[in-house]
Amino acid sequence: MPRDERITLAHGNGGRLMHELIDRLASRFSNAVLEERADAAEVRVDAARLAFTTDSYVVSPLFFPGGDIGTLAVYGTVNDLAMKAAVPLFVSLALICEEGLPLRVLDRVARSIQKACRRAGVRVVTGDIKVVEKGAAQGLFVNTSGVGVIRYPGRVGVRAQAGDAVLVNGGIAEHGMAVFRARHRMGFLADIKSDCAPLDRVVGRCLAASKRVRFLRDATRGGLATTLNEIARVSGAGIEVSEEDVPVRPCVKKMCDILGFDPLYIPCEGRFVCCVDAGDAGKVKKAMGPWARVIGRVTGRHAGEVHLLTRVGAGRLLPMLEQDQLPRIC
Amino acid sequence: MSRDPIRLMEVCGTHTMAIARAGIKKLLPPEITLLSGPGCPVCVTAIQDIDRALAVSRQKGVILATFGDMMRVPGSRGSLQDLKSEGCDIRVVYSCLDALDIAERHPRNEVVFLGVGFETTSPTVAATVLAARGKGVRNFSVLSYFKRIFPALEALLVSEAVRIDGFICPGHVSVITGSRPYEKIVRRFKRPCVITGFEPADILKGIGTLIRAHRSRRPCVVIEYRRAVRPDGNAKARRLLDTVFEPATAAWRGLGVIKKSGLAFRSAFKDFDAARRWPVRAAAAGEPAGCLCAAVLRGIKTPAECRLFRKRCTPQHPVGPCMVSSEGTCAASYHYER
Repeated sequence: MPRDERITLAHGNGGRLMHELIDRLASRFSNAVLEERADAAEVRVDAARLAFTTDSYVVSPLFFPGGDIGTLAVYGTVNDLAMKAAVPLFVSLALICEEGLPLRVLDRVARSIQKACRRAGVRVVTGDIKVVEKGAAQGLFVNTSGVGVIRYPGRVGVRAQAGDAVLVNGGIAEHGMAVFRARHRMGFLADIKSDCAPLDRVVGRCLAASKRVRFLRDATRGGLATTLNEIARVSGAGIEVSEEDVPVRPCVKKMCDILGFDPLYIPCEGRFVCCVDAGDAGKVKKAMGPWARVIGRVTGRHAGEVHLLTRVGAGRLLPMLEQDQLPRIC
Repeated sequence: MSRDPIRLMEVCGTHTMAIARAGIKKLLPPEITLLSGPGCPVCVTAIQDIDRALAVSRQKGVILATFGDMMRVPGSRGSLQDLKSEGCDIRVVYSCLDALDIAERHPRNEVVFLGVGFETTSPTVAATVLAARGKGVRNFSVLSYFKRIFPALEALLVSEAVRIDGFICPGHVSVITGSRPYEKIVRRFKRPCVITGFEPADILKGIGTLIRAHRSRRPCVVIEYRRAVRPDGNAKARRLLDTVFEPATAAWRGLGVIKKSGLAFRSAFKDFDAARRWPVRAAAAGEPAGCLCAAVLRGIKTPAECRLFRKRCTPQHPVGPCMVSSEGTCAASYHYER
């Protein structure tokens, strides 16, 4: 990155540039826990093995079909803990409010947070509020940190292995398209809702179903394609995915087609990728729920890369997200 | 069946992207080459026009609104993105109507919509201009860099440098134009034209039809996208277009100046012409050093033949427009054809 380069929106989209930025910053704080680059850090305090994570939420609009910034802030953090096979216990809640934010909006978000905490079985145990001048934030930004106890220490590996099956628990791209629809007040395809949901219980079921779950990661910013690339990269293995097997609900596919978007790069908030020994793929698929699919496998070839077998049978590289997708013009 | 090489050109950015995304080139026998033509609206915008837009956005009180893809296209000095970070008020919109909305909310500013696109996009802009006139909105105008695809196809075929045996014709444009205008190309240049949709199966079917038409030496126009395209197209949209705009000479990146290939405001709508409101000058500008976009747009070079491709020219640091736009040939090749 040249010295005079500035932060662009692409540095926050979950794709390649964001990873480069993380590398640049993380090198200053390098330690064994951070180097794992997991969704949540695994830390030991005496005999206890804890998972610890933090995340900030800046979604616009604050409310969208299927959720709002409050539900996202709880489930996003809970899910990062869940990917470490942890039982989420406590969360912090920090709010940055823009001057002029109606209190009823804040109350509505607080109610969602309350409901989401109840559903995910976590408690808000500490918090903070800051107010910034009008124009310095878009209504409300939320940060949550979370702590959980690792349920099956050492069971979920830190890398996927060649021969593993790759599964996803449901239709992708729903959160991103629901937010896009709400942001641009699109009046069609109204049945698209965010998939925003807590994943700790379904992860628990997967771990109960198989002792050979090798890797878990939720597919958020940058979409499924970026998550698969992250897994390939940290595992030093290749991943082959079949486009036909990736679940995309018809209404989501339709909207992506209209706008010229590739659903593989659209964010999810309730979907995760599970790499499991191929022998246990059936059991884990069942545990993941009715919409789960085996979408590919981990291979010993082309380490660090993801290859896609397209619907018409051609193979091609599936890279990380580069720039955010824009609707086509013609 | 003879195995002579066949060169087919798609002239729609969405086709370029769909072909790359589905990996269609890898499925075709080696004698069939797919070329990308001047079908990406951002890519064919002349560098002087980008410079003019940059100059307009620097004018006091101007809010420039445009499609996201235009933001990062480099002019001869900087892009709209750069001007935005310097404090110019430049906004990304998803439709021209959004720009009109901004104009209504900011009556003290002049809102200029920087318009690019082919026959799919321009009728919606004509409708917006009519709506602006109906509402009496006076602080709204359009920089019209819209293009008409048919004069460009003819210009390509007249050029001796390009060998094209048939066209994969743009599905969305044809929804508006219908299939009739292609008949002239078939008559004059004896090349088959097949209108296809954007699913991989649509495109493969279109390619099959083109190969058969070429080998049987019976050039024709075929609609392989019947669920959307009619021979007569959308007459209502064309009437809208014709009410507000008239064909005009336009400069294309890669193809140069082509008669009747652009759209200018009719005199009854000249108040909405941003070029008239802001008569800024742009010096003649050449292509960036080493950039082959102009040749890529004519199907003479492929992105991989450009020495800047993947090196100095990447989606993050694009040198030429074909790397900027998601519909650009270089961007499609960068993402999907490694």
